[in-house]
Order: sequence, then C-alpha cells, then structure tokens
Amino acid sequence: MDYLTLIQLLDSTLRLATPLLLACLAGLFSERAGIFDIGLEGKMLAAAFFSAAVASLTGNVWVGLLAGIGASLALSALHGVASITFRGNQLISGVAINFLAAGMTVLIAQSWFKQGGRTPSLMGGARFEGITLPGAEALADVPFIGPLYAELISGHSILVYMALAAVPLTWWLLYRTRFGLRLRAVGENPASVDTAGVSVVGLRYAAVAICGVLCGIAGAYLSTALQAGFVKDMSAGRGFIALAALIFAKWRPWYALWATLLFGLFGALETRPDVIESVIGMKVQSQFLGALPYIMTVVILAGFVGKAIPPRAGGEPYVKER
Amino acid sequence: MDVMPKWAEVVLVPLISLLLAGIISALVVLAIGEDPVAAAKLMVSGALGSTYGWGYTLYYATNFMFTGLAVAIAFHARLFNIGGEGQAMLGGLGVALACLYIPWPHWSLALVGAAVMAGLFGAIWAAIPAWLQAKRGSHIVITTIMFNFIAAALLNYTLVNMLRPKGSMDPATARFSEATNLPTLHDLLSPLGIAFSKAAPANISLLVAIAACFGLWLLIWRTRLGYEIRAYGYSESAAKYAGISPVKITMVAMIISGALAGLMAINNVMGEAERLVLNSTEGAGFIGIAVALMGRSHPLGVFIAAILFGFLYQGGAELALWTSIPRELIVVIQALVILFTGALDNMVRMPLEKLFLARRRARVAKEGAAN
Repeated sequence: MDYLTLIQLLDSTLRLATPLLLACLAGLFSERAGIFDIGLEGKMLAAAFFSAAVASLTGNVWVGLLAGIGASLALSALHGVASITFRGNQLISGVAINFLAAGMTVLIAQSWFKQGGRTPSLMGGARFEGITLPGAEALADVPFIGPLYAELISGHSILVYMALAAVPLTWWLLYRTRFGLRLRAVGENPASVDTAGVSVVGLRYAAVAICGVLCGIAGAYLSTALQAGFVKDMSAGRGFIALAALIFAKWRPWYALWATLLFGLFGALETRPDVIESVIGMKVQSQFLGALPYIMTVVILAGFVGKAIPPRAGGEPYVKER
Repeated sequence: MDVMPKWAEVVLVPLISLLLAGIISALVVLAIGEDPVAAAKLMVSGALGSTYGWGYTLYYATNFMFTGLAVAIAFHARLFNIGGEGQAMLGGLGVALACLYIPWPHWSLALVGAAVMAGLFGAIWAAIPAWLQAKRGSHIVITTIMFNFIAAALLNYTLVNMLRPKGSMDPATARFSEATNLPTLHDLLSPLGIAFSKAAPANISLLVAIAACFGLWLLIWRTRLGYEIRAYGYSESAAKYAGISPVKITMVAMIISGALAGLMAINNVMGEAERLVLNSTEGAGFIGIAVALMGRSHPLGVFIAAILFGFLYQGGAELALWTSIPRELIVVIQALVILFTGALDNMVRMPLEKLFLARRRARVAKEGAAN
C-alpha cells in the first residue's frame, strides 16, 4: 500500500466516522444523564430526511440543517415525555422512535416529492461542500506533509470540523462545568442531585435535548454532505454502530473519538478489499468487516477485554419520594 | 392493592392505547392527503374480504405469533429480547440446512426435523447473549441488538459463499425438494369441503403457532418452571431468596424465546418461500415486540395481537397496491402501537387509575354514610 492510498483510506475513514461520532456523543449526553437511548438511529434518519427535504425546497443547506435538528429534537421530546415524565420504559420508547422515523420519513417523502420515498438530488447551495483550508493548494506539492494536509485534513465539509470540535467541547462541558458535574451525577445517583435541590427532570430533559441536537447534525451530515439527498433507510444501522462505539468508549468523550474512528476505518476498509489483501496478505470477507464493530462490542461488554460499566442509574425512571 | 379491576387492566388499557394509535394513524393518512375512512375500508376488504386476503393475513399472523411469543416469554422473566429478528434469521438457516441436506420421505417428518433445527439454531443464537447476561452482566438489550447485525452478516456470508447454487447470482439457496413442501390451508381445508384460496401462503405452520400459544400458556401458568420465571420477573431478590437460580431462569427463558423466534422459519422459509433468501424475516422479529406489548405478554393476547398485525400487514400491502399510500404506513402504525402500549403506558394508565380510585372512594363514602 502506498502513501497516497493510505491518505485516501484515512480520508474516507474520517468521512464515515463523522456521523458515528456525532451520534455517539449524542448518546453519551443522554446515557450519562441516565436515559438509555436506542433511538439514535431514528433521530438521525428523521434529521437526514428533513434537512434534505427543506434544503431542496429552500435551496439553503443551513435552513435544512435547522430543520433536521428540529425534527430530531421533536423525537427527543417524545422520548423525554415517555421516559422522564411518564416514567415509561426507555428501551421500548427508543424502539418506537426508530420505527416512527423509518415509516414517517418515507410517507412524507412520498407525499411531498413523489419519487418513491426519496428527495430530489441536492445541488449547489443546498449541500454542504468541502472547505479548502488556507494554504492547502500551496502545500499540496510538498512531499509527505502536502498530501496529508491537502487531502486528509483539508477539503471536508464544515460539519466534519464541527464534529471534531464537539469532542473537546463535550469533555469540557462534562468534566469542567457545574452543569456537567450535575449531569453525570444524575446518571449515577439522581436522589443525591434531588437532595441538593437541583431538578432531576430538568437536567434529564436538557441532556435529551443536547442528544437531539447532535443527532440532528449527524443526520443532516448524512443527507446533505456525505450524500446528496435522502433515500429510504439511509442511516443504515449507523445509530446502532454509534451505540456500540459508546460502549466501546466506556461513555467517555475522547474514547468516543477513537472508537468511532476505528469503526469508520472498518467501514472504509469494507469498500477497499484490495488494500486489506495487500497489507495482511489474505482475503477478509466484507461481511466479517461489517460485523466487526458489533462483535467487538459484545466482547467488550462481556468484560473479556476491559470492563465497560454503564452509568449506574441508566434506564431507571426517577421517582421522587413523597 | 390493585387500583383497577382486572377487566380494565386487561381490556380497557390496551383498547384505549390502540384507539390512540389508530386516531394518530388516521391523522397521518389525512395529512398526506388521503382519505382515512376509504383507506380503512380498503384494508378490511383487502385483508379480510376474501379467502385470499385471509390466507395472507393468517400467514403474516403465524410469523408474528412466533416472534410475539418469543418476546413475551422473555418479558415474563423481565428480559427484553430485541434479538428476535436475528434468531429468526438463524432459524431460517437451520430450516434450510435441514431441507437441503436430508432426503425427507414425507412433509410431516420434514416439518418435525425442520422445526427442531429452526428451534435449535434460534435457541443457540439467544443462548449466547443470555449467558453473557447471566454470567458476565452484559446488558441483554445491547447484546441482542448486536447479535441481530452479526446474524445478518453471517447469513449473508453463508448464502453468498456456501449455500448459493453454482452459477446463480442471487444470494439464495436452491429450491427445497417437493417432499418438504408444507400443505397450505387450501390443501388442509378442501377435504372438509371448504374452498380456500390456492394462491395464499398460509400453511400448516399456523396450527403449530396456535399449539405454541397454548403450550406457552401451560408453561407459564401451569408448571413449576413457569412459576419460577414469573417470580424472577416480579422480583429478582425474592426469587433468589426462594432458591431460584437467576442464571438458570435467564438461560431457560432466553433459550425458549430464541427457539420460538427461530420456529418462525418453518412458516416463512419452509412454508412460503420454499428456499432461504436474504432478508426472509422482513422485520417480523421486531413486530414481535409490538405484538407482545399489545398482548400484555399473555399467549391469548399475543394470538389476538398477531392476527391484528397480520391484518395490518396484508391491508397495508393492498393500500400500497391500490392507492398512493406507501407500505411504510404499517411501520408507522407499528411504531405508534409500541409507543402507546409500551412506552406511554403510564399516560393511559394514570388517569384511568385516578378515575377508578375516585369511584371507589365515592362508593366507600356512600356505604359509610348509609351505616
């Protein structure tokens, strides 16, 4: 494998890791506050549709992004009402949200665009284009550093850089602010937060809302940056891979970055079987690569390689004592 | 003390949840510019208006009975098995192996053999997450989700690389031999003088599914094991104190659950397609969740809910055929049913409980005044 192939591979790794990273951080906020969220997939899908649909109708991708975030927030609110206010089963609510998004996106897409459940292809201002970072063209011919900067670091859409920036931001918010301390506490021991006079319900709604915003950006990235338009079921299990990455990362922001990059690399390798063959000298089945994130998560969950301990109050509705 | 009388718990709450799901579905149909009343009429006539429609409705219902029972038995042990889809896929693999490599002399023997293989494969696929939950404390919801994806990859691999006949591009097995073809409802009912559509795929698996409903009822409410499963589901600590092993219950409940999900394959793989194709389960494993929730995890409830969902599936297919409403409407209805009967259960229950409590208080006060 030559240097340029490696750069190309890492470049597509970054592209594929971005939606996973955003969704993984989304899940991190929610689960750290004690709300399990297996509805990441559905929220991404809804956001992917609404951002593509609104972007294609208005011609402005930023309006599309807002619409995507709005759709994802609406589903988050539903999850919040079901699991916080009515103390329902968070897992079942997540399952319902996934199906709701899968069904509604096709239904609305068919009703609005009549193209068999897809949106028209996005062009020009209705899409996030790659940004050429300053100096990329000038440096492109410099050996070694040139391609690294021009091909790998430069040339992505703004959402990729936003996702990367979200990692230190999440870390700072969770570990260096009062809000973060309370958010983590509410996922471990909500009664203590309640005793301190801080609203458990308020904190959990805040966490679920942040989760909605991040999932919204992740979905918008899928349909307006990674691809040019919405197609049926385009999230294709990414919400579940993000969930797997979250466990792999043991609910920590920096680990989430590495886990999603690793899973992104698997995705990138899936499309380049020739690269694997030249590196390890044997053929690897693409199905095996596709299943690898899930297998690794099961192994991690089983505690054979390090132990992943979820937030203690995760999944349990909080009942105030009377 | 139970606040609500039993009939309200068993009938009223699910009915109100279903009504809410129905109203919102109708609003969705209205919002996409179609007539909900006409749509409902078309669904009823398409799914129940002919033996052809009934044949499809019952075919789908058979799938959902198996997967619904699978989710229900796990619910009784307070385990959430989202892996029905993967277990049913593996069941399909078991059926395919049994039908392709064993020269069965008669369909009845083939049915028994295929059912054993289907149950075994499904059970194994559920036993791994169960063991990880019981022994290593891995959350069963996450592991079963992961196992769905792993099952899909495994099935894809075996179909493409091993079971696909030479020269065929289609990732599917060869057709099973004539001897393994199951009798359809047409074959079963015509000796009785009842004319049933020949084209519809409903087959003898329906009777197996009904037997499974009854068998599970016996198991849950009439055996020691069923008692232990229910006790464990109500209170893990109390069950432990009574000498019930959590590891055993988790394993047994999930093995039964996986076997039931796997059994679905005798209907869709052996009874209908008569070969194994990719995505043969078509999401039936997930519909099992909705069916179990609506049926309140009771085998009779599961039976009724499965027929309702069979009707929705066949009706939805007719809608997609004759109107511009896409098939995905059923997915929306399914989501709403899961939402209202599962996640938003308390939203329906809390006001009802208040109502019954107020009535009881009024009655007690009246009796007090009379004395």
